[in-house]
Amino acid sequence: MNALLPPLETIAALVKIGLLVGGLMTAAAYLVLLERWIAAWVQDRRGPNRVGIPLTKIRLFGLGQPLADGLKIILKEDFTPKHVDKVLYNAAPLLILAASLAIFAAIPFGSVLPPLNIPGLPDPVPFLVAPGLDVGVLWVFALSSIAVYGVLLGGWASNNKYGFLGGLRSSAQLLAYEIPLGLGLLGVVLAAGSLKLDVIMNAQAQSGIWYAFSQPLGFVVFMVASFAEAARLPFDLPEAEQELVGGYHTEYSGIRLLLFLVSEFLHMITASFLIVIMFLGGWHLWGLTGSGQEVSWAGAFIRCGVLSGKVLGVIVFFMLVRWSWPRFRFDQLMSLAWKVMLPLGIANLVAVATVEEFRPQLVEAIGQTWATLAVIAGPWALFFVSLITAGMLTPSGTDNRPIRTTRPLDGTRSHPAQSLAPHELAGTR
Amino acid sequence: MKPTDPAVTWLEDKPLGLAERLYLPLFIQGLSTTAKHMVSAKVTVNFPETRPTVGNPLIYRGVHRLNRDDQGRVKCVACFLCATACPAHCIDIVATESPWPDREKYPESFAIDELRCIFCGMCEEACPVDAIELTSLLDLTGKSREEMIFDKEKLLSVYDMTKDAEPMKSASLGGTL
Repeated sequence: MNALLPPLETIAALVKIGLLVGGLMTAAAYLVLLERWIAAWVQDRRGPNRVGIPLTKIRLFGLGQPLADGLKIILKEDFTPKHVDKVLYNAAPLLILAASLAIFAAIPFGSVLPPLNIPGLPDPVPFLVAPGLDVGVLWVFALSSIAVYGVLLGGWASNNKYGFLGGLRSSAQLLAYEIPLGLGLLGVVLAAGSLKLDVIMNAQAQSGIWYAFSQPLGFVVFMVASFAEAARLPFDLPEAEQELVGGYHTEYSGIRLLLFLVSEFLHMITASFLIVIMFLGGWHLWGLTGSGQEVSWAGAFIRCGVLSGKVLGVIVFFMLVRWSWPRFRFDQLMSLAWKVMLPLGIANLVAVATVEEFRPQLVEAIGQTWATLAVIAGPWALFFVSLITAGMLTPSGTDNRPIRTTRPLDGTRSHPAQSLAPHELAGTR
Repeated sequence: MKPTDPAVTWLEDKPLGLAERLYLPLFIQGLSTTAKHMVSAKVTVNFPETRPTVGNPLIYRGVHRLNRDDQGRVKCVACFLCATACPAHCIDIVATESPWPDREKYPESFAIDELRCIFCGMCEEACPVDAIELTSLLDLTGKSREEMIFDKEKLLSVYDMTKDAEPMKSASLGGTL
C-alpha cells in the first residue's frame, strides 16, 4: 500500500490493529480455557472452575484461569539447551507468531461502520485492517505458508530427533494439504469473482445462499484441509504427544513455548474465520443482519456479533472433533490428501466453473427460481456421488498387518493352520 | 508362542461396510457420542464442597482405626500378625504384658506410618481379633511427616470419631466382638 497514507486512515488502521491484536490475544487465552472445558465435559469431568478474581473468593466459573495459566508459563524458567542453533531457535517462535498475527490484516471481522462523516476518512469504514487489499485471500495463504517456516525452523534448530520428526511431518503435511485447501478456495473465488474476503461475504449476503450450500464438496474439502493446516486432531501428527513428546516444540519452554502455543490457537482462529467467511456467509444471517452495504450502528455490531458467533461455533466444532476422532496414521494422512481430497477438490472446481459458465443460459431457460434450485441440487448430487466413489475406490482404512496365511516355500505343511484360508483359520483351535 | 500355534484363535476383521468406507456417517456418529457426553451428568464432584459417595464402607480402604471393646479398652492383643502381614512395613508395635486378665499382651504403643501405608487392607484381614480396621475416610492430609505417623491414641480417636457412622465390621461379618 501507499507509504504516505493520510494520517486519519493510519490512525483508523492503528485502532483496528489494536482492537484486533488485543482481541485475538485474549481470545487465544480464553480458547485455552474453552479447550480445557470442552475436554473435561466430553470426558464427563467438570473442568477448571476454581480460579476467579485474584485475591478474592469469587470464582466466576473459572474465568480467571487464563491469567493463572499465563502467569505460570511466563514465570517458568526459559531454558535453552546447549545443543541448539541459537539464532534459529530464537527466531522460530517470533516468526510463527508474527506470521499468524499478520494474517489478520486481510481478514474482515465484521461488515462496515455507518458513515462517520469525518473529513479525510473515506466512508464507510470497514472492519478490516487493510481495506482495499485486492489480494486478500492470497495474503492469507502466503502468510499461513510462512508460518510453516516457524514450525520447521523450531524443529530443525532444536537439534532433537523428536523436534526434527515433528518439523518433517509438519512440512510434508502442510505442503500436501495446501493443495486441497487452495482448490476448495478456488471454487469460492470463482463463484464470487474476487479475491477480497469482504467481497466474498457480500456476495453470499446478497444472494442469501452461503457457499456451503451451493458448494458442499468444496466446503468439506476446505474444512478437512483447514483442520490439517491448523494441525488439529485428527491431523495433529506434527506434535503427536504420544509419539513425538511434543513434536517441533519439544525443546522449548517458558515464554517461547507460549508463543508457539498461542500461534497454534491463532491458526485455529484463522481457519475458523476463513471457513465462516468463505462458506458460512460471514456476517450474514437471514432475517437478522440485512444484506446491503447500508447499516445502522446497531446493525454494524449485530453483524460483528453474528460473525464472531459463527467463528466461535466453528471453533467449538474444532474442539469437539478433537475428542471424536482418533489420529490418522501418516500414510493414511497422505493418501487422504493426494488420493481423496485432491480429486474431490478438482471435481468441485470443475463443477463450479460449469455452473458459473452456464448460469445465465439456465436462468433464461427455466426461470430464476428453478435455476437457483438447480445450482444447489446439482452440487449436492455431485457431493454424494463423489463421496461414494471416493469411499469405494480409496478406503481410508488399509490393513498393513503382516500376512499370516503364507504357505512354506517347499510346499510342506509345517502346521495345518498355516495353509488354511482366513475364514477357516478363524475357527481353528 | 508362534502365530501358527493351535491354541491361538485368529479372528479376522469384518470387511468395511459402506458407512465405514464413506467415513462421514461414522464421523457424525462419533460426533453425536461426544456431544451427548458433553451435556450429560458429570461423574466428578467439586471435592471439598461436595463429598464423593463411598459405595460400600465395608470394603472401602481408607484411614485406619483401632477398635475398642465394650469396656472401652483397645481390642488389640499385640500379636504382631498385622505387622507381619504388612507389605509396606508401616506398622510398629511395642507389646507389653497386659494389665487385664483376658489376654496376655497388649500394645504399649501402636504406630502406623500413613505415608508408607499402601492401603492394601492386609492388616485388617490378618487381625485375629478384628482390632484394626480401615474406615472410609478418604482425605488424609497433614503438614509434616511426623504428623502422619498415627500413634495408638490417634488411631483410637479415629475409632471414636467414626464408630457411629461405621460400626465395627466384625458384627455384620460374623467375626469376634
